[in-house]
Parts: sequence; structure tokens; C-alpha cells
Amino acid sequence: MSHTILLWSLTYAQLALALAACLAGIRILKGPRAQDRVLALDTLYIAVMLLFLVTGMRLGSIFLFEAAMVIAVLGFVASIALAKFLFRGEVIE
Amino acid sequence: MSGLGTVPIWLSVVIAVFVVLGSTLTLIGAWGFLRLGSFYDRLHAPTLATSWGTGGIALASALLASWVQDRPILHELVVGFAVIATVPVTLMLLARASLHRDRMEKAAHLPPELLQASSDPEHTSQGAPSTSSE
Repeated sequence: MSHTILLWSLTYAQLALALAACLAGIRILKGPRAQDRVLALDTLYIAVMLLFLVTGMRLGSIFLFEAAMVIAVLGFVASIALAKFLFRGEVIE
Repeated sequence: MSGLGTVPIWLSVVIAVFVVLGSTLTLIGAWGFLRLGSFYDRLHAPTLATSWGTGGIALASALLASWVQDRPILHELVVGFAVIATVPVTLMLLARASLHRDRMEKAAHLPPELLQASSDPEHTSQGAPSTSSE
């Protein structure tokens, strides 16, 4: 019973997060300006990181959790660098 | 598939509620991000994913790992904390960069009181890169 509850909720979560990543991808392709694409990339990072966490729960593996952590940190650094570039036209002053 | 069956029912219901809450909020945030009209509206939608979306899934993951490994596992909360603490910085910087770009090209959709950067002391120190000597 508990196995069924967990399996269905994790399957739903995987589908919802994959759909969220697809929506962010559509905004990357569509986004009228550069800041829309940067924000969409940030959303895509978050959705894929959560997808890694949920898949790690399902498989009971610790490696997916470490990948999710790396994605979280790198996503932050990438978004900050891109926003800084939009602001000043250069990253390191 | 290690140990999903050993979880008691009450804990599996709690975990399922957190997982479904987190993923649904993330999906709603992404959908709103695709659907809203201007950039300043769109900026608000992904915060659903980065507040309770990440928080719910990280909590559920920590609960499940703690039960399966039979000791408290707190690594997942580090991920949740990292996302919750860093995303506002990103969004703030993006909003200011977007405002800066709209001011540079005098965008028509900006309200007139936002067009002058000089009334805002924070922006005079950081803005106007065209006049700085870099």
C-alpha cells in the first residue's frame, strides 16, 4: 500500500517536473529579450534539479542527489554571471 | 527500488503530500512563466518553484532517506536552503538589469517616474556604464 502511494506520487512528480522543464524550454526559444531567456534558463535549472531529486528518491541512489546539488550551485553562478553581463556588458570588471 | 515498501503508511502519505505539492507548484510556476505578458510579471512566476516547490521536494527527500537509512539525513535540506537563499539574489539582479536595459532604450511600457535613473541613489552608483571609463 505505501509502496503504491509513493510510486504514484513520484511518477506524478516526475511527469509534472518534466512538463515544467519543457515549458521553460519553450520560453527559452520564444522569449522576446535576453533577460527572458536568462530567467527561463534559471527556471529550467530548478526544474531539472528537482527532477533529479525525485528520481533519486525513486531509485534510492545517493549519486543523483549529488548531481542535483552541483546543478543548484552551478545554476546560481551561471544566472548571476549572465545577469551581470546584461547589466554591464562584461562579467569581470 | 531499495526500501520503498518498508515505509509505513502515515509516513508515505506525508512524503506523497510534500512531493505532489512541490511538483505541482513547480508546474504552476513554469506555466505562469510561459503565460504572463511582460517580463516584470514573468519574474514572479518561478518563485513558486523556488520557495515551496524546492522546499516540499527537499523535505520529502530528507524524510524518505531518513527512514530508509534509519538515521537522520539532512543533506537534502542543504540543497533546499541553497536554492531558497540564492534565487532572490538572481531575480533581484535580473530585475535591475532589465530595468537598466529598458531605461537605456527608453522603453514605452515603463512608467515615466521610472525612466529617470537619477532619482534613485542606488542606480546612480551602479548604472550608466556608457559614461564610465572601463
